Amino acid sequence: MKFGILVNEGPYQHQASDTAFNFTKAALDKGHEIVRVFFYHDGVNNGTRLTTPPQDDRNIVNRWGELAKEYELDLVVCVAAAQRRGIVDADEAKRHGKDADNIAEGFHISGLGQLIEMGIKADRVMAFGD
Amino acid sequence: MGNGVKKFMYVNRRAPYGTIYALEGLEVVLIGAAFDQDVCMAFVDDGVFQLQKGQDTAESNMKNFSPTYRALGDYDVNKLYVEKESLEQRGMSEDDLLALTYEDEDDDYKEKPSIRIVNREELADLMEQQDIILNY
Amino acid sequence: MLHTVNKSPFEKNSLDTCLRLAKSGSEILLLEDGVYAAVKGTVVEQKMLQALSDYSVYALGPDLKARGIEEDRLIDGIEVVGYDGFVDLAASSDRVQSWL
Repeated sequence: MKFGILVNEGPYQHQASDTAFNFTKAALDKGHEIVRVFFYHDGVNNGTRLTTPPQDDRNIVNRWGELAKEYELDLVVCVAAAQRRGIVDADEAKRHGKDADNIAEGFHISGLGQLIEMGIKADRVMAFGD
Repeated sequence: MGNGVKKFMYVNRRAPYGTIYALEGLEVVLIGAAFDQDVCMAFVDDGVFQLQKGQDTAESNMKNFSPTYRALGDYDVNKLYVEKESLEQRGMSEDDLLALTYEDEDDDYKEKPSIRIVNREELADLMEQQDIILNY
Repeated sequence: MLHTVNKSPFEKNSLDTCLRLAKSGSEILLLEDGVYAAVKGTVVEQKMLQALSDYSVYALGPDLKARGIEEDRLIDGIEVVGYDGFVDLAASSDRVQSWL
C-alpha cells in the first residue's frame, strides 16, 4: 500500500512529528511504500538544520534525514509556508536576497502542488498535526 | 474512481485569524484546483466562522483573506458544505455567511450558490464518499 | 473508515465531533493526548461506552505508556495497538480522517 504523510506541526512543540515518524517507520518496516512526506504549516520547521536539541533528547530533524537516506524518502517542505517562517534553501536564499540558507540534509523545498500530487498517488494520506 | 480523478474533501474546523490554519488551508484548495480533481470543502465546528460575512481586519493589521473565498467558484470549487449543527451551536444561520456563488457551465452559466447547509448525517455520508480527507 | 483523535477530551471537542460525524461501524484510534479518553472513571467514560456500541475503539499503546496509563485502567472493549497496528488499521480501512 502507498502512504502519503502530512506533517502540520513543528518539532518538539507538538508530538505530531514524532507520531508521523513512528508511523512512517512502522509502515516501511511492514513493506509499505511512502510516496512522500510533506511538511506544511509550522511543520516546515522540521526542515531546518540549525536545530540543536539537548544531548539527551532525540534530534527530530536528523532522524527524518537519516530515515530519508535509508529509504530514499521524498521529504518536501512547502515553499509558501517555508517562506513565511524563514526556512530557505540555497536557491530561495539567492532569489530573495537572504544572507544564508538553513534547509536540512534530506529535505527539499517545493510547491503545494506536491501535496495534491501526493494525495493523487497515495492510497491513504495520513495527516499529523495539532 | 474514473479517469484517475479522486475525491478530495478539505475539512475546516478552525476559526480564521486566531491561527493560520484557515488561510493556509485555503491556499491548498486553490493550488489543488489546478489538478482537476473532484474537490469539496466542509465547514465544521469553528470552521463555520471562516465564512462569516463582514470580516474587517483593518484595525487588527492582519491580512483579510475572506475575499478569497469568493474566488473559489472561479476555480470550480463550488461544493462548500456547512454543517447545520455547528452553525446552530454558534447561534448562526445561513444569513450570517458570505453569499458565495459559481457559474454552472452545465446549466447555461446560471449563477448558483456554492454554500450548501447539510446536517450531520448528510455530512457523514459525504465523508464516506471521499478518497482523501484533509482536516485543518 | 478510520478516524484518529489526538486531543484530550477534557480540553478540545475533537472527540465529540468525531463521534458526531463517524458512521456506525467505523474504527476510531485514540493517540497522543487523545488516549486520555480511554481511561475508566472519567467524565467521558459514559460517552466512550456509548461509542463502543457503534464503533471499534483503539488506543495507541506507546502513547498510553508515555503518559503512565496502565492497560488495566482502560475502559473494557478498547483495544491497545502499537504503531504497526496503527499502520494495519490505516491500510485496512477504505479511508482515513484525522480529527486534528
